[in-house]
Amino acid sequence: MTPLLSVKNIEKRYGARIGCTGVNFDLFPGEVMGIVGESGSGKSTLLNCLAGHLAPDQGSVTYDRTSTGPVDTVTMAEAERRMLSRTEWAFVHQNPRDGLRMGVSAGGNVGERLMAVGARHYGNIRETSTDWLGRVEIADSRIDDRPSAFSGGMQQRLQIARNLVTGPRLVFMDEPTGGLDVSVQARLLDLLRGLVREMGLSAIIVTHDLAVVRLLADRLMVMKDGNVIEQGLTDQVLDDPQAAYTQLLVSSVLQV
Amino acid sequence: MSDYNFAYLDEQTKRMIRRALLKALAIPGYQVPFASREMPMPYGWGTGGVQVSAATLTPEDTFKVIDQGADDTTNAISIRKFFEKTANVGTSEKTEEATIIQTRHRIPETELQEGQILVYQVPIPEPLRFLEPRETETRRMHALEDYGLMHVKLYEDIARHGAIATAYAYPVMVQDRYVMDPSPIPKFDNPKMEMAAIQLFGAGREQRIYALPPYTKVVSLDFEDHPFDPSKAEHPCALCGAEDSYLDEVITDDQGTRMYVCSDTDYCESRRATGHIGTEGTQPEEVFA
Repeated sequence: MTPLLSVKNIEKRYGARIGCTGVNFDLFPGEVMGIVGESGSGKSTLLNCLAGHLAPDQGSVTYDRTSTGPVDTVTMAEAERRMLSRTEWAFVHQNPRDGLRMGVSAGGNVGERLMAVGARHYGNIRETSTDWLGRVEIADSRIDDRPSAFSGGMQQRLQIARNLVTGPRLVFMDEPTGGLDVSVQARLLDLLRGLVREMGLSAIIVTHDLAVVRLLADRLMVMKDGNVIEQGLTDQVLDDPQAAYTQLLVSSVLQV
Repeated sequence: MSDYNFAYLDEQTKRMIRRALLKALAIPGYQVPFASREMPMPYGWGTGGVQVSAATLTPEDTFKVIDQGADDTTNAISIRKFFEKTANVGTSEKTEEATIIQTRHRIPETELQEGQILVYQVPIPEPLRFLEPRETETRRMHALEDYGLMHVKLYEDIARHGAIATAYAYPVMVQDRYVMDPSPIPKFDNPKMEMAAIQLFGAGREQRIYALPPYTKVVSLDFEDHPFDPSKAEHPCALCGAEDSYLDEVITDDQGTRMYVCSDTDYCESRRATGHIGTEGTQPEEVFA
């Protein structure tokens, strides 16, 4: 089986400091991979390198494109990479304000990706937007409201709808539940888990919340100081952590 | 006359502008940066158009200036006088006689011919400006043909108003490649942009020049189920009776009485001279008698 995403020896430095280094993994279709680690451990740097927002200094990221088969996304032309990122990829930011257009209505936000890939029928765009708002539990009546009139949880759900509307195969998520209160977090996770299973998405989720990965991720990668220190099946890593830092991380979670 | 170099600008500056113009003509719809000069008029009064006209004028040219279609407004008269004084070129109010026409916010009703040049004054050359404030990002979007956002604006119009409410500066796609701001001409004029004349656009404050060579394909953006509609007021011109021209609405008293007249004064006058008289019109001879 060809991996959907094959990451080889990725390194990103900020001057003399290491962002992340020596990262290798394969992500297979339908698999959800979690990346955990403390702040500054290079999780977001790695995610941005994979999603093409940052150019890595070394290594290759090979993506199995539907039309052409495996391509190296690091060396491909920016036009192609942008096309990928609005058709087959999706990126969910931690702060919905980074991922949404705050001055554009909810319907327009969801429709933007459709229009970017050539949809030119207002009625159809509107219908698809309404459908997707329903799937992320936003009422139809809010379709012409701007995201600034939405609560934080709704904004995050809207961002998810906006990203998934073109039926991507690979979703990058940067702390999708950060900054939300626990009950809203729980609903969002529930929603995400449903969508991931239903659409057969592959996903890479960066988070520092172990509960999120326990719920969503099949596999887990633990990072510290830019290096991957442990990876394996989620339950295996969380229940039987080998590296000292992972043990610390797991035992740091507060039990209610 | 000896006080000014021909057409006010020095030769090096005109050369620089001509190079930008040639590049702009070679890549229709692409915004070419140029080193815009201070002109003896405020920004927003047509400094970009004036610089393009100055770089394009030759002593044999006949020059015409219109402002919202009219030859007799302050802006049009002062720019015409400016070039009469600094370039000593012939001027005319007749669209057919002019070889270079500088315009603010209109395209003349009379169809332009090969050999004529239409120079637009442009306040904001970037069609994506109010959608994406970062210039670095809009440039990248143009380079990568990433124009989904332009339709988001039209989508928002329909969602809010039930129809595309953009009535002027209506975005166009040039030769299937660049999205371009046609300057604030009414969308009524958009279909005329596929014309025989050369069209040059100058934005002085923003320091950009762009251009359309003759017969360039210019398509107004729209949706399949909300097609582009070059609308105008549903009236004939009160002075000349024309049904096919773009009309200005003139309020004539404080009781809400209004009349609709051609915004293109030359078109209206030449129609009246040939005997087309509207409900409130008179023969031009009588006017000047």
